[in-house]
Amino acid sequence: MTSQRVVIAGAGLGGLRTAEALRAHGFEGEIVIFGDEAHAPYNRPPLSKEALYGEISHEKLAFRVRSTATDLTWRLNDPIAGSDLDAHTVTLASGEVVSYDALVAATGVSARRLPIPGPPATAAAGRHVIRTLDDAFALRASLTPGARVVVLGAGFIGCEVAATARQLGCEVHCVAIDSHPMIRPLGIELAAELQRRHEAQGVVFHLGVGLTAFEGDDRVTGVVLSDGTELAADVVVEALGSRCNVEWLDGHGLDLTDGVLTDNALRALRDGVALDGVAAVGDIARYPNPRFDQRPWRVEHWSIPTDTGRRAATVLNAYLSETDYADIVATEWDALPAFWSDQYEIRMQSYGMPGLADADGIRLLEGDLHGECVMGYHRGEDLVGVVGIGMLKVVNGYRHEVGTATWIRERATS
Amino acid sequence: MGLKVVVDMNVCQDHGQCVFAAPEVFELDDNGRLVVMVEEPDESMRSAVEDAADVCPVQAITIEG
Ligand SMILES: Cc1cc2nc3c(=O)[nH]c(=O)nc-3n(C[C@H](O)[C@H](O)[C@H](O)COP(=O)(O)OP(=O)(O)OC[C@H]3O[C@@H](n4cnc5c(N)ncnc54)[C@H](O)[C@@H]3O)c2cc1C
Ligand code: SF4
Repeated sequence: MTSQRVVIAGAGLGGLRTAEALRAHGFEGEIVIFGDEAHAPYNRPPLSKEALYGEISHEKLAFRVRSTATDLTWRLNDPIAGSDLDAHTVTLASGEVVSYDALVAATGVSARRLPIPGPPATAAAGRHVIRTLDDAFALRASLTPGARVVVLGAGFIGCEVAATARQLGCEVHCVAIDSHPMIRPLGIELAAELQRRHEAQGVVFHLGVGLTAFEGDDRVTGVVLSDGTELAADVVVEALGSRCNVEWLDGHGLDLTDGVLTDNALRALRDGVALDGVAAVGDIARYPNPRFDQRPWRVEHWSIPTDTGRRAATVLNAYLSETDYADIVATEWDALPAFWSDQYEIRMQSYGMPGLADADGIRLLEGDLHGECVMGYHRGEDLVGVVGIGMLKVVNGYRHEVGTATWIRERATS
Repeated sequence: MGLKVVVDMNVCQDHGQCVFAAPEVFELDDNGRLVVMVEEPDESMRSAVEDAADVCPVQAITIEG
């Protein structure tokens, strides 16, 4: 038998974990991982947090690789440009065509830029995003004491960058179209409390407004908001959410409207039918999680690449070795999403999908909103998520209660 | 050589994710600080300990052996 080859597109956390899990299952064929960055996989969460303070290096952030997975073929700085899912090949930007027996899409997301004219969208012009190590290097150099920083977007990454910049002695304005920072996942009560804490640290919010213009020619000197406010700026950070890196899969009938739509076995769906041997993992995987419901969701949390990587590897290994495949696919998989965030001394830890809660389903479960607390997020009677501010042991205790969806209980009894 | 678990306590931020992956090996004490209960776990624990090292958000866990 000729050796089989698994091609993994994307040298990030999801790609690495899938490869390690394939080896853990005993897959002995070739595993080739293509990455468009120059770096081997590294940890991104510190990029908006501690990495902006002092020394950062790839060495410090690089993931450890399991001792059972040292025989992977890393092709860094070698982006994939296209694919042919019928011929089972990918085409690199260099023009080289590589065939595969199984393909893993692990290309993650990129930071979204505002489509508003202005100075060049580059760090050198003062317009930053934060997704890669190189982005963090550039931003860190600009966050000097007294620098005037405008953060566009008040989601998790925007709020973390705002907190970090404040602690570095920058003057920080945060602009968002939402009414409160992080309101979409957290709900109004907790969001309002976190806003208060940011303001106590000196962050100035401009909420319910958008950006109408950048000022400056070669370098950004300020921004103009939709309410007419003008803010001078030395540094602008665009933390406006993400765009999925899936163009290389275009043209094959996959649903790429929001990441890669898959079934619960993480097999890409082509015109609604699962494609054997083509999986999506990590930030771009949009899959149904029966713990909550039957709708497919895409979740950009750090826990997802590891969980999806393991699931995809189990399914692909069974497919490649032609064992128990139907059984493994049919075994429902319902990993619990987990997320954390650090802002000032605040450690936030979440489990489940708080964003699925009913508008009136958010309740204080433990503690005190103005100190440490655990909030519960309910959809109907189901607890779909919990968020802890501090109280780590207490919030961890709720893990087992999150997302045992009513529809599953009903299905079991019918 | 047997398995050895080392946690860099200067890096560990007490996320406690390792505790779910390998509760026999890791525990959070009453102050929420991580304690490694078994520094040289049995070989049968390898996969659980590897899983624990995977899920540590700050990659504080190394496995020797
Ligand atoms: C600044 C920041 C802070 C974060 N903080 C937290 C946090 O506190 N808590 C939390 O839970 N999560 C956090 N996250 C989210 C978490 O880091 C991501 O969910 C995780 O990195 C996703 O892993 P991935 O493997 O799916 O994608 P990625 O890590 O993005 O890896 C994908 C890789 O594929 C490469 N690639 C893209 N296109 C191609 C191509 N065509 N060919 C080859 N390679 C390609 C990309 O360059 C990248 O290297 C944070 C993310 C960022 C950016
Ligand atoms: S998961 Fe990592 S940071 Fe958290 S307690 Fe364990 S070793 Fe420490």
